[in-house]
Amino acid sequence: MTTTESTDVTAAQGIGTSPVRPDGTMKVRGEFAYSSDLWHEDMLWGATLRSPHPYAHITGIDISAALALPGVYAVLTHTDVPGVNRYGLEHPDQPVLAEDVVRYQGEPVAIVAADHPETARRAVAKIDVGYEVLEPVTDSEAAVAGEGPELHPGGNVVRHVPIRFGEQDVTADVVVTGRYEVGMQDQAFLGPESGLAVPAEDGGVDLFVATQWLHVDQQQIVAALGLPKDKVRLTLGGVGGAFGGREDLSIQVHACLLALHTGKPVKMVYNREESFYGHVHRHPATLYYEHGADRDGRLVYVRARMYLDGGAYASTTGAVSGNAATLGVGPYSVPNVTIDCWGTYSNNPPCGAMRGFGAVQAAFAYESQMDRLARACGLDPVEVRLRNAMSEGTRLPTGQVVDSAAPVDELLTRLRAMPLPADRSGEPDLRHLPGGVSNTTHGEGVVRGVGYAVGIKNICFSEGFDDYSTARVRLEALGGEPAATVQTAACEVGQGLVTILQQIIRTELGVEQVTTLPMDTSIGSAGSSSASRQSYMTGGAVRAAALEVRAALVEHAARILGHDRGDLSVGGGKVVSRTDGVLADLVDVLGDAAFDRTVEWRHRPTESLDPETGQGNAHVQYGFAAHRAVVDVDTELGLLKVVALDCVQDVGKALNPQAVLGQIQGGSAQGLGLAVMEEIQTEGGVIRNPSFTDYLIPTVLDMPPMRIEVLELADPHAPYGLRGVGEPPTISSTPAIVAAIRAATGLALDRVPVRPEHLTGT
Amino acid sequence: MQPIRLTVNGDKHEVTVDPRDLLVYVIRERIGLTGTNVGCLTGDCGACTVTLDGRTAKSCSVLAVTADGSEIRTIEGLASPAGLDPVQEAFWKENGFQCGYCLPGMLLATRELLDEDPDPAEEDITRTIDGNLCRCTGYTTILRAVRTAARRAQHRDERPERP
Repeated sequence: MTTTESTDVTAAQGIGTSPVRPDGTMKVRGEFAYSSDLWHEDMLWGATLRSPHPYAHITGIDISAALALPGVYAVLTHTDVPGVNRYGLEHPDQPVLAEDVVRYQGEPVAIVAADHPETARRAVAKIDVGYEVLEPVTDSEAAVAGEGPELHPGGNVVRHVPIRFGEQDVTADVVVTGRYEVGMQDQAFLGPESGLAVPAEDGGVDLFVATQWLHVDQQQIVAALGLPKDKVRLTLGGVGGAFGGREDLSIQVHACLLALHTGKPVKMVYNREESFYGHVHRHPATLYYEHGADRDGRLVYVRARMYLDGGAYASTTGAVSGNAATLGVGPYSVPNVTIDCWGTYSNNPPCGAMRGFGAVQAAFAYESQMDRLARACGLDPVEVRLRNAMSEGTRLPTGQVVDSAAPVDELLTRLRAMPLPADRSGEPDLRHLPGGVSNTTHGEGVVRGVGYAVGIKNICFSEGFDDYSTARVRLEALGGEPAATVQTAACEVGQGLVTILQQIIRTELGVEQVTTLPMDTSIGSAGSSSASRQSYMTGGAVRAAALEVRAALVEHAARILGHDRGDLSVGGGKVVSRTDGVLADLVDVLGDAAFDRTVEWRHRPTESLDPETGQGNAHVQYGFAAHRAVVDVDTELGLLKVVALDCVQDVGKALNPQAVLGQIQGGSAQGLGLAVMEEIQTEGGVIRNPSFTDYLIPTVLDMPPMRIEVLELADPHAPYGLRGVGEPPTISSTPAIVAAIRAATGLALDRVPVRPEHLTGT
Repeated sequence: MQPIRLTVNGDKHEVTVDPRDLLVYVIRERIGLTGTNVGCLTGDCGACTVTLDGRTAKSCSVLAVTADGSEIRTIEGLASPAGLDPVQEAFWKENGFQCGYCLPGMLLATRELLDEDPDPAEEDITRTIDGNLCRCTGYTTILRAVRTAARRAQHRDERPERP
């Protein structure tokens, strides 16, 4: 799987360095084409009619008034879906366009193409849909109890994941229990869903779209369109952030349907409000926990029941439930574990992937429990974590033995050793208090607290999924220079994968000039830009392809130069002999030859979980981060300010140290958002705050300075020893902040986000 | 429909607009400058920021007709033929973005700040950025980019004055 061949670690701008982004100048110049910027002279605009009701029978759809509107080219309903009117990442349970029932507010019912976006929206308003409104199902626990109407055949449980590890009826001297809730968080990527579908002469369609996984989009689109795979070609449009929210389909099938129906290119762009209805969110969760420990705070058992509300359609509820259950005790060694996790259907908005999926919800609960346990045992919160910290060799509740570094104790001790911000003393600067320049307080009721948390995340796809990535690398002489080209279908969503892939090529082939081809479906799948997996998977695939190119090149050089190939290496644009030094310029050795290799690369296989016991080697790799938060709370006003948010994370190997820091800073900010402000508020399935005025995400004033330490403890199973980076910082930042608020106020705070009324009790 | 005149990045445009048309769509779809992004349409995110007669404005919250006769600068107007503006250079070198969708607001707000005060205090920097949302970076590298751009601006000012 991994290779022991030496790599040119000194390559200019290779791995371990932080070169500037290749797409950077385009972006700062405003010339980078986001998918919303795509344009075709002859194009139409698509718009979507969505259900206003969370649950209703459709009694009729009359499109005649909409069709009669001048400028309207097509009005399509479910009867116009030529293939299978169902899609979904794990189960095809979601209609492209609703048939006789709508299961969530915002569910697409009809689509329109018109010559102007406003005409399209007017036509949408003229479609007359008859609804028989039904009482929405919104309670996960009732779903598990088998109560209420079935929203899908087979009932309202999407997946139940039991974990049975060790003794099931063991008792302990110290027992702490809790019930915790996590609100529905939104990815809130800044660039709303958008794309352009262009009908092709061969009867197919070319789709340019912002997404996270081109090939699984393609697979779902061809099923809905009833077309062979080669008739639907996807190219990645510029992506304005993703964070899980683009893993499911949005405009993809709709735009293609309209384009094929009208014979014209069709552009679809959601606005912010529609975006809130147009993608899946983070599962809201209710979690019941019981931790048993000895009097020294050493865990004897953990028992948990978790309810994850998947909303109207399954999306990735299965994987989210699997993560929550298997990582349900956190990064601790626990001898006896009983967990039941249910992912359920409801008439709430569909929920699926968001950064840290499943692990985020569990971490808020188990870290809150660890603080409760610390208090019950009279221990410091860090000390109780150190006493239970897992490490390399620990057997997890799935029975899987962790076989690479798991430096939970080191993360915590390093974090504790970091300097704390200075205490507030003397006359406070009112601008720095909670509430800021409003000067609502002079600091009378402000108290400070410090909180710690540590989290664990599985990296890459788990539970037996055939997880692979495809990469093509080409090396040739162009314009008198050796030049490499790299092609993958891996989605650059902002994280900087384009930089990383170039760095890998520079390291492996010793050439500076690396061109990245557009990401599209003309090459095999790269898998999803999710689960912190692309540096590992597509990085691994590109490295493997580059090594094959290098081997072929060395063979070629040996022949040309009449040298023993075992003595040759490539680096710095030269062919080098270990005994005789530089033999030739690479460009001369290349001549007219081109070396072109495509590799499909897999991580080592995982196993599915036993359906009764949850046992199995389900995960490839684990990532760990720990946070310490310092929070000032105005207990009278219910306002708070996160004063410091420090983080230590092990990344195995930092391929690009600046990009690693960017992931930690950005991920921590999203965790802060969940802790203190971010929630899609629903009432009977209806979203009450679908705008950036009412759904708040952190601004620069909300984000404190961060001290960050990055550990590089190589994972021998992973390319370059790297460990996926993107998700772990989102997981531990939320519970650390809430722990700090609890430390400041003494309140129990069993729900995130923490709102002012939770602090004032009003 | 109503004709209006706009000067955008130095180029004069005459376009006929509906009185309800938002400036951001006129810039993006009529004039064809798509560097100005639409993020929220409620004036919250700042991705649609342009400079309107010398002051930054959120173009999703401006009716195009009210901008008749205005001088507008968009993100595309920041660089000169000689190269990137120091603010662009600093954001690029300091990784002051990931997806980059927020850049119109971040860059133009920073440019406006440094035009007024080449040596801004920390509070002024955060106040400049606080009307612009970024979902990727957590703002750390954005603040560093603004400071770097400010240092470059000062460095430039320290050159000996021309005789």
